[in-house]
Amino acid sequence: MSRLVYFSSVSGNTHRFVEKLRAAHPGLDASRIPLKTKEDSLSVVDPYVLVLPTYGGGNGRGAVPKQVITFLNDQQNRSLIRGVIAAGNTNFGEAYCLAGDIVAQKCGVPFLYKLELFGTPDDVAAVSTGLDEFWRLHP
Amino acid sequence: MVESLKLVDSVQAINWNRIQDDKDVEVWNRLVNNFWLPEKVPLSNDVQSWATLTPQEQQLTMRVFTGLTLLDTIQGTVGAISLIPDALTPHEEAVYTNIAFMESVHAKSYSSIFSTLASTPEIDDAFRWSVENENLQKKAQIVMEYYQGDDPLKRKVASTLLESFLFYSGFYLPMYWSSRAKLTNTADLIRLIIRDEAVHGYYIGYKFQKGLELVSEEKRQEIKDYTFSLLFELYENEVKYTADLYDQVGLTEDVKKFLMYNANKALMNLGYEPLFPKDSTDVNPAILSALSPNADENHDFFSGSGSSYVIGKAVNTEDEDWDF
Repeated sequence: MSRLVYFSSVSGNTHRFVEKLRAAHPGLDASRIPLKTKEDSLSVVDPYVLVLPTYGGGNGRGAVPKQVITFLNDQQNRSLIRGVIAAGNTNFGEAYCLAGDIVAQKCGVPFLYKLELFGTPDDVAAVSTGLDEFWRLHP
Repeated sequence: MVESLKLVDSVQAINWNRIQDDKDVEVWNRLVNNFWLPEKVPLSNDVQSWATLTPQEQQLTMRVFTGLTLLDTIQGTVGAISLIPDALTPHEEAVYTNIAFMESVHAKSYSSIFSTLASTPEIDDAFRWSVENENLQKKAQIVMEYYQGDDPLKRKVASTLLESFLFYSGFYLPMYWSSRAKLTNTADLIRLIIRDEAVHGYYIGYKFQKGLELVSEEKRQEIKDYTFSLLFELYENEVKYTADLYDQVGLTEDVKKFLMYNANKALMNLGYEPLFPKDSTDVNPAILSALSPNADENHDFFSGSGSSYVIGKAVNTEDEDWDF
């Protein structure tokens, strides 16, 4: 059983990637971090892999969406993260998928995969298979 | 025939304290934070490196940059401006004015490169070539036709394909030089342009998708068919243009992979599934890592190549929002 927590802005690229994963992987349990932090927050009780897009580009500031920071500031949420997958665009140069590097470093978890925009069919296949294997080894 | 000038019908004072679409503010801020000028890049440090290129390589480089100048000029004076009357929010209009200005900065920055590296006759020759090259002119003409057409969604498609696809036959070359440790300051400047174009393509593509939500299923299908046929038309022309430039140095096939890779991303910016399969988009890793040092294969932990992966390389993040 794969558990994902993800964030996606209104442009919805990351959401779309997760939807494609879900289609390829019917057992997938994916929870979305709410867009509006003032509304409700997400609390998790099981280990998960985080999927997030990279914002900004250039100087590193603002690379991780605020909503994700708020989610990870919660000690329990943070204690359950097991890995991170980031989406981005190589055209952002050094900032490509930088949010994944930052979260992996701050939380001490492996950076599992990088993909561009909402991912190609090959990305969906690689992540789908990879997550199964990952959870088998890290139950 | 003089067409009447199309402008926004009515304008109200823009209120940035009432936002309909948060994406407008996010992208405005991102563009402002990314602002740069060519004068900040030490291009003159490339003079020695330029001298190591053969005359043929120098001429190729000049031609590539005049081609890019033409696209930036179109996008600055016509493309981004043509999107303003179709904007869904006043803040979207403001973002397009920012995009238009940055395109003019890009167009000007190629002249900075030219004046640093080349003589006036060489510069004039390269600009003459850009006027005379049939395939470059055709590419400009195809896009211009859509900008002057009357369909807002088609204009956004043409604009996104320009921002996210048409530039890349040109962007390839400075990345190629950079991968061989040549013209590295010029490559730094080009990376700034690439970063801007990526935000532009993302934003215009996003607004295109918002626009699609407002039309019938039938219209959506028409636009999708149109998008793919325009992409094929542009791609076919792009392959010829690429051959005009790169056949003499034997790089055409390598550039074509970069074209298909970027065509896929342009489609994704518009919300469509990528078209070209993996084996035609496996861009030369040297080019990819010149584009982004983070684009190497080591990050696929799943495939086992993650053995060399170090958790959390040093990253500088000063975000004050973190509590840990």
